[in-house]
Amino acid sequence: MATVEVSFTPLPAHVRTARLVATAVARRSGVDEALLDEVRLAVGEACSRAVEAHRLHCPAEPVRIALTDAAGRFEVEVTDDLDRGLGLAVIAGLADDVRISETSGGISITMSWPAHCA
Amino acid sequence: MDLKLDHHTKDGIEVVNVEGEIDVYTAPRLRELLIELVNNGYYQLVVNMEKVDFLDSTGLGVLVGGLKRVRAHDGSLDLVCTQERILKIFRITGLTKVFGIHDTVDEAIAARKAEK
Repeated sequence: MATVEVSFTPLPAHVRTARLVATAVARRSGVDEALLDEVRLAVGEACSRAVEAHRLHCPAEPVRIALTDAAGRFEVEVTDDLDRGLGLAVIAGLADDVRISETSGGISITMSWPAHCA
Repeated sequence: MDLKLDHHTKDGIEVVNVEGEIDVYTAPRLRELLIELVNNGYYQLVVNMEKVDFLDSTGLGVLVGGLKRVRAHDGSLDLVCTQERILKIFRITGLTKVFGIHDTVDEAIAARKAEK
């Protein structure tokens, strides 16, 4: 089960909120300060993609992100149904570990960073 | 932190000061300003990003779009940025080869004048 889950109406204005929450949870999970900028940007990119996809295909569906702090890793999962774009290139350049998997509705991006749990 | 935009003419070049966060929500305002400037005949632009706290791919797209518009008029769009967290985004996307990136507004203007 995720440490923190956020779901929000697919509006661009809420992407900033998702970034702030993800950064706060990452900090709390012990992710190094130097990596927080990467978490902020990668989560923002993943959420922007999801917002765009939901607005096109399912505007009534909230975007969900799951933030998990486990086994020395801080993991973020965002699901959307777009498959390409500059955003993905940015994410791939930032996150320490990125897994992109097919789901029934589209694709799911899971990314993680090392965390030093107390 | 929202996005603050202002612009002024210096040595015949339009300097756009950007402050705050450029993301999927705020980038459309920067896009509109760049389009407005080009429509009003300003084709030599310097975008000062020194007070930008956050930039995502939407913001990169707007800057690339601005560059494309000014180039259609033989113009230029140079950037001012020394912040490592922002420069890194240009590097990982290969856009450091596309934009002239300078340390100060004066340097950006001088480099542009020297090219003429």
